[in-house]
Amino acid sequence: MADDPFVVADVELSSRLIMGTGGAPSMQVVDEVVAASGTAMCTVAMRRVSPGTTGSILDVLGRRGVRLLPNTAGCRTAQEAVRTAQLAREALETDWIKLEVVADEHTLLPDGVELLDAAETLVAQGFTVLPYTNDDPVLARRLQQAGCAAVMPLGSPIGTGLGICNPHNIELIVAEARVPVILDAGVGTASDAALAMELGCDGVLLATSVTRAQQPATMAAAMAAAVNAGRLAHRAGRIPKRHHAQASSPTEGMAVL
Amino acid sequence: MKLTINGAARELTDGSTLAQLLDAELASTRGVAAAVDGEVVPRAGWADFALTDGQDVELLTAVQGG
Repeated sequence: MADDPFVVADVELSSRLIMGTGGAPSMQVVDEVVAASGTAMCTVAMRRVSPGTTGSILDVLGRRGVRLLPNTAGCRTAQEAVRTAQLAREALETDWIKLEVVADEHTLLPDGVELLDAAETLVAQGFTVLPYTNDDPVLARRLQQAGCAAVMPLGSPIGTGLGICNPHNIELIVAEARVPVILDAGVGTASDAALAMELGCDGVLLATSVTRAQQPATMAAAMAAAVNAGRLAHRAGRIPKRHHAQASSPTEGMAVL
Repeated sequence: MKLTINGAARELTDGSTLAQLLDAELASTRGVAAAVDGEVVPRAGWADFALTDGQDVELLTAVQGG
């Protein structure tokens, strides 16, 4: 929106919805969800080349004109993540990196110690670092102090669709952030994305909830609408919650019947 | 000489460069990055990078993810 720009590292993005491309059954579905979501930036992973593979994700995203955000998915140590980021910068000619350093395959939760270590190294090497982090206000603060361009706390573990398990922590992260806060991971359906925005997040990054929905393009459109609705509601300022009812019709002027 | 390319053992002509390997291996090097023994080799340096016996080469590109 013109009067409410979404800016990350001095770059204005035309949508607050960032799409992951993982989990889509085909490039055709990737193309459809990118179009339906209206996203301006999509994540990609870095993996070994497979000779003979036809139809690159880069072709699909290039045609749609979206910005690339390579990730370090699968990395378990700071060293692995830093090297993957360096390869991504070389391959894709972007210094933006979604930094992921997970602790184990079971939870896929970020390893805060390795994450902060990698973030400091990459910032020093000139990367624009967007770290996928726990919903931990203290770690988010440390990542911001390290020079990260955004902080991206999880709502719940990757791929679970459990929504935002600790909205209070997300609010705390938002309250002291001086960089954009992007809710990353755990979104299951549109109301989760709307809640993230109502809590004050600047954007939402999601993949599975769309790419593995029964109708991915329809869910992508739902997410776009939810992010917009949540943002508008956040800006509008919700009413306080009350324990007792408050009539909205006048209490004066009632007839005696 | 014997090298490991993306985890697989390979036999290459002595004196091969990284650029020659990539040309032989891939139809296009767009969106591809290379690391040798864990260190990234910038694209501009591929032609002059002489591979040696026992090296571990990783060739990566972007795939769906995230």
